[in-house]
Amino acid sequence: MSDLSQALSVALDLVLTLDPQMLGIVRLSVQVSGLAVLLAGLIGLPLGAVLALSAFPGRGAVVVMLNAFMGLPPVVVGLGVYLLLSRAGPLGEAGLLFTPTAMVMAQTLLVLPIVAALARQVVADLWEEYGEQLRSLGVSGVGRLVTLLWDGRFSLLTAILAGFGRAAAEVGAVMIVGGNIKGVTRTMTTTIALETSKGDLPLAMGLGLILIALVTLVNAGVFLMGQWARRRMG
Amino acid sequence: MRAPDTILPLELDRVGFAAGERALLDNISLRLEAGVRTVILGPNGAGKSLLLRLCHGLLTPSAGSVRWSGAAEGEPVRRRQAMVFQRPVLLRRSAVANVRYVLALRGVPWRRRGPLAMEALERFGLAPLAPRPARVLSGGEQQRLALARAWAAGPDVLFLDEPTSALDPAAALSVEMAVQEFHASGTKIVMTTHDLGQARRLADEVVFLSHGRLVEHAPAAEFFKGPKSAQARAFLAGELVC
Repeated sequence: MSDLSQALSVALDLVLTLDPQMLGIVRLSVQVSGLAVLLAGLIGLPLGAVLALSAFPGRGAVVVMLNAFMGLPPVVVGLGVYLLLSRAGPLGEAGLLFTPTAMVMAQTLLVLPIVAALARQVVADLWEEYGEQLRSLGVSGVGRLVTLLWDGRFSLLTAILAGFGRAAAEVGAVMIVGGNIKGVTRTMTTTIALETSKGDLPLAMGLGLILIALVTLVNAGVFLMGQWARRRMG
Repeated sequence: MRAPDTILPLELDRVGFAAGERALLDNISLRLEAGVRTVILGPNGAGKSLLLRLCHGLLTPSAGSVRWSGAAEGEPVRRRQAMVFQRPVLLRRSAVANVRYVLALRGVPWRRRGPLAMEALERFGLAPLAPRPARVLSGGEQQRLALARAWAAGPDVLFLDEPTSALDPAAALSVEMAVQEFHASGTKIVMTTHDLGQARRLADEVVFLSHGRLVEHAPAAEFFKGPKSAQARAFLAGELVC
């Protein structure tokens, strides 16, 4: 018990003194997950909207797959990207394995189904309401897509931030493709896993606190923005 | 200023619409001329809204044809029509941005959109509300905004589907005045209503439907004085039409 409280006080000390090693780890985590979510949004939002607005054979199957992939196990995504980037893999030439770029790729794949599936749902719900009016106005296919994405902007931001939460909190994918190399590909989650197994609790606990604070902050932001949007935009 | 040419008259030739086995509209032949305010009347479930949507092209008839006689071959007739729904669907942006959206859609150059949008808002008494988010306006204001948006598009024909049924009397009156404004500017009015007082105030001619069939198409004065069919007489007397 005293070990634990001692570890906690060291952890708090690390957080409060802004330990440079720890800050580096936090920065890399936020950069990797942030970039991954940005990419997933750029691809996933239009993709989800297209899925919501178009009809083609096999669309139902695609939607089911997308929804299922929301719960994709990070280690499996990590394995897939690992195989892709390993020496013998199709993208092995690029030498990206165990770099932050590989981590961004893996997390993008992890977050993409979440963003696309939620975007599809948001746009499909909006189309229920807007469909007749937009057809009456003579809005074309691309126009519909842009209009609905823009009118769903607050709900969609929630989807994006949900994706960020998942990316920042996962450990399996970044561990496999990043390799947890100190100072290069070591993120908050991989550090926590490593330090805990080594029995070095303070750094793990400190990072755990930061991770929880970060995710809470993001969710509080989502909540407040949602409230503001409802009041302001109806 | 509207172009003198128009896509009217609208001709329906033996139009039918079926949902599965059930025929909801059957064998409707109708000619709607420019300059005349047409009000579609009939009991609930007669197919009034359906007829409006078929005319506007939101639905495709399962039999017969809907033809804009005045339209040149291949002309985009949808762009010359507008429709105002029972519950207006406004975009989650400001009132003026809702009007600008339509102007952009109609290819109005960016610099002219602002003045034109404000002109449309002013016409319907909405200028002070221009910067307000459209979705938080009152029901009557939202419906007038939907009309201002239609105005900005400068349609030959305006379809209105029960535009005042969700509004209080004062708001309903302002919508009626807006409809008159469209009529005065030369826009053809085709509307459904279940408010007989409103129909008397606004109609030049009445299209009376019952059970998906066209029962009467007559000048309003004639229809309200002496309807020819038993169904219309019963409807005007406020009885249940079976």
